[in-house]
Amino acid sequence: MSVQETAERPEAAPAARTGPPGRFELAPVKGVLTREWALYRRSWKPTTFAAVVEPVIFLLAFGFGLGSLVGVVAGYRYLDFIGTGIVATSVLFTSIYPGLIDTYVRRVFQHTYDGMLAAPVDVRELVTGEAAWIALRAGVYGCAPLLVAIGFGLPPAAGMVAVPLIALVTGFGFALMGIWMSALVPSIKTIDYVISGLITPIFLVAGTFFPLDELPGWAQWISKLNPLYHCVELVRGAAFGIGTGTAALHWAALAAFVVVAWGLAVFQMRRRLID
Amino acid sequence: MVKSYGALRAVDGLDLEVPSGIVLGLLGPNGAGKSTTMRMLTAQTRADDGEITILGHSVPRESKRARALMGVVPQHDNLDEELTTAENLLVFAHLYRVPKAERAEAVERALRIAHLEDRRDTRADKLSGGMRRRLLIARGLVHRPRLVLLDEPTVGLDPQVRQELWSLVTSLRDEGVTVLMSTHYIEEAERLSDEVALMARGRVVRHGVPADLIAQYAGKTVEEFPAGADGHEELERRAQAAGLPTRRTGAALAVMRAEEITEGLRGELGRGDVRPSNLEDVFVSLTGERVE
Repeated sequence: MSVQETAERPEAAPAARTGPPGRFELAPVKGVLTREWALYRRSWKPTTFAAVVEPVIFLLAFGFGLGSLVGVVAGYRYLDFIGTGIVATSVLFTSIYPGLIDTYVRRVFQHTYDGMLAAPVDVRELVTGEAAWIALRAGVYGCAPLLVAIGFGLPPAAGMVAVPLIALVTGFGFALMGIWMSALVPSIKTIDYVISGLITPIFLVAGTFFPLDELPGWAQWISKLNPLYHCVELVRGAAFGIGTGTAALHWAALAAFVVVAWGLAVFQMRRRLID
Repeated sequence: MVKSYGALRAVDGLDLEVPSGIVLGLLGPNGAGKSTTMRMLTAQTRADDGEITILGHSVPRESKRARALMGVVPQHDNLDEELTTAENLLVFAHLYRVPKAERAEAVERALRIAHLEDRRDTRADKLSGGMRRRLLIARGLVHRPRLVLLDEPTVGLDPQVRQELWSLVTSLRDEGVTVLMSTHYIEEAERLSDEVALMARGRVVRHGVPADLIAQYAGKTVEEFPAGADGHEELERRAQAAGLPTRRTGAALAVMRAEEITEGLRGELGRGDVRPSNLEDVFVSLTGERVE
């Protein structure tokens, strides 16, 4: 089948604005971000409310409730221990849930991606754009619990300037993981398997609320595979200090996570969107 | 082109050339492969076999360039409900790479096309069905595409809105835009298309100018005879014996090329209701399938 070319109409040549075939382009990623920004302008109030109020409640409940029993954990005041821990959990929740649920709804119910892919946008650019937006949000909102923790007495440290970056990279990875899972599940109901079977252990077995030293050896070993553990360690390192070598290893683990999650998300979304 | 889903061959050896600057109506019953064909043109469905070239770009390899030149209006509304009319257009101005300096004007132009200038700040979920469809079409035109794919553009719309969309399609053609429109409304295809391709079971069964196809297969007039108590068979036998194609239209039998009915045959058939032949007569006589 072919639609033929004519020599006329020289004024319209938008094809020149797309790169050579097969190249990853930033323009479509920016286009996806434009859409997210327009949506965010409508929803920033509840999003911000949740991002600030949730860590306050966590800190009040665990910090004072449990903290009065525990006192000191792994050499830190318990309030400081979980103050840094909930930075990581809030990054997890603000990235994997939008990746999983929003992406599913947009793909299956709203057919948003079908519309976008009919424009000069490829699946990997679409996936990158969606995950990048979620990551940006996680990077900003990940700081909210830290500020709350400082309000509860966590001593400010120069290293904390790295927290937005840690949150951004971790958020990017978990957003991609959520997108991958959203394209893997056969129906919206089966998302419950992911939430209970995967997100809950990621959330708890990462050194967020209790140190991992007390766990059996095999569980400690598995927790090293949990990307959130590396995020937690980097956030604690930013607040309390960390060796360069140790930090580099945690960064490398996060980088590897991002690369693998990107590949899986793009692969599975392409299978779902292009037949 | 060929595309199979398991044992189902949705597109089965489709072959079609669309000259630049025309409106081509892709006509066929549900399940004929129209939507699959449309999705193949944007590389959202990959053909198992065959070649697609759009405005000199080979698809799927160079599909991104082809997509930049194309405007796609999907059958199923996928507007962003939470965004306003203008925001919906702006997002696609970005996705279609309209340069920054031209974006605002592109959105204004699209608003004018959709007659939605005074609804620019209305959220899409607050628009009426007709307004949504106009917005959906304008969204696909925001970058001045050279080829527009309209997949069943008027399905489920009331007659006034259909008229509006028809005039929009005509004005696109007047600007030199090539339009590929799938429809299962025969009247729509006949009225708007410079050429029609009749599709059935995944292939193009006939392709040509509507008037030529009608003249060739259904002649100038069709005469409908009430089938009466004997049923259709006897009438059919007589007309077909005289070399005239027939089709059943409910309780009546339509005899095509009625202007060729001879005196002798007239004596056998009697006198029916004469009407001008149309594309539906052609379609049904060629494929045996009914279209709405």
